[in-house]
Amino acid sequence: MRQPASVAATLERTDMSEEDEFELEPIEILELPLDAWHRDKGARMVEFAGYHMPIQYEGIMAEHLWTRENAGLFDVSHMGQLMLTGDGGAEALEALVPGDISALKEGKMRYSLLLDEDGGILDDMMITAVPMGLYVVVNGAVKWDDMGHLRENLPDEITINNMEDRALLALQGPKAVDALLRVVPGVDALYFMEAGSFFWGPKTDPEPLWVSRSGYTGEDGFEISVPATHAQKLADQLCAQPEVKPIGLGARDSLRLEAGLPLYGHDMTPDVEPVEANAAFAISKRRRTEGGFAGAERILDALANGPARKLIGLSVEGKLPVREGALVFAGAAQVGVITSGGFAPSVGAPIAMGYVDAAYQAIGTALEAEVRGKRVPVTVAKLPFIPHHYHRKGGSI
Amino acid sequence: MTRFFTEDHEWIEVDGDTATVGITNYAQGQLGDIVFAEVPEAGATLKKGGDAAVVESVKAASDVYAPVSGTVIEGNDALDGDPALVNSDPEGEGWFFKLTLSDSSELDSLMDAAAYQAFVDGL
Repeated sequence: MRQPASVAATLERTDMSEEDEFELEPIEILELPLDAWHRDKGARMVEFAGYHMPIQYEGIMAEHLWTRENAGLFDVSHMGQLMLTGDGGAEALEALVPGDISALKEGKMRYSLLLDEDGGILDDMMITAVPMGLYVVVNGAVKWDDMGHLRENLPDEITINNMEDRALLALQGPKAVDALLRVVPGVDALYFMEAGSFFWGPKTDPEPLWVSRSGYTGEDGFEISVPATHAQKLADQLCAQPEVKPIGLGARDSLRLEAGLPLYGHDMTPDVEPVEANAAFAISKRRRTEGGFAGAERILDALANGPARKLIGLSVEGKLPVREGALVFAGAAQVGVITSGGFAPSVGAPIAMGYVDAAYQAIGTALEAEVRGKRVPVTVAKLPFIPHHYHRKGGSI
Repeated sequence: MTRFFTEDHEWIEVDGDTATVGITNYAQGQLGDIVFAEVPEAGATLKKGGDAAVVESVKAASDVYAPVSGTVIEGNDALDGDPALVNSDPEGEGWFFKLTLSDSSELDSLMDAAAYQAFVDGL
């Protein structure tokens, strides 16, 4: 695991990406459309996924709690926004992901996983059926690899357009709908995992935005795709709402961890398949019977017989944070490893996620994590740590 | 009493042959919300530049080094219950440990307040 660095080294470490140690040569760190806007708002910028990004503004703890109670604006423009067009795109994509994409109706979205030939997870992604084809949002750190994999494995008739001219903003929290409704009329018609085009701006010259009711915090909220040229104006209008504050990557990470949502490159890697990654829900019913996706044999076997290890949540006794890389023990035997962990502001204690051998996955199982040579008691906990508050169709929230 | 500073953003206040050590206001501001601090126990022997304590923010764990060699008199138990003292009063109530100096000549290599301020301004 990563040993603590000196305070000075921690302060100098502006690179939040663990993957960079595998880079062969230094790459240019790019600027996102809202770079100057973030700095103007007092953001501390770090390198993440090849971009300068805001890690925090006023402080991770305050930003986290604000989002849980009000609404937080996240710039997630580093993520890849891909448009897949061409006849038979959904059917073709189904060879690479385990979801029922051809059954996806226009304006509906689905969480899915890009799989390698062995069923290992290359990325997790959101796929939305749109009039043009499929709108796919992928992780920033692996978007170039994703595009290469898609290009290599999809038929030539399918065009992959990387919409680099668009920014992506997420407005998350229980009051997100109130704030966004004042700026973009009509968005309250969307339920969780639905998306559509909405007009924003003056009636004489409206700008169409692509808005989905989705996010990465466990709260109700929206993700808004906007032309990069208009991103600052939209961000300003949203932050002018009393419910809204800009929120950095730090709180984005603690919010998603409390919501039990995996972080690609940490909780999910090419070494794990979807069932052990606790993402069996992403394998659609029809696909379970028919198979026909990359790694189906291994994945369907894990579904039928149970995986050898499982991604689980852990509550941590005491205050010492248990972080990524810490080993998990049952007595003397090492039975797992932490893949995400830290202090959880809304829980008020440290929490973690990690992989444990299947025999230890039951909720309530008492284990120990090793931090700097000390054993910390941990208990397998139900995910999410903080209940989701999605605006589901037919649900009260 | 004289206060010295290190390039690792620790402060040390010296009173005779005893001293109090903590991290600077600049360091706490940059680290952000402190959620855990691990301080050395009384009797521990510290070597200048060696690991002395650990401070954890929401995001990361950082080592606090011993600015000078010596023997720990006490660790600040208050940080156990309220690690945020490091944020609210880093150069006062948020101290990490007190020690007896074993070689006061080690202080010669440390910065005074003005030199540390210049160092921080240059970062």
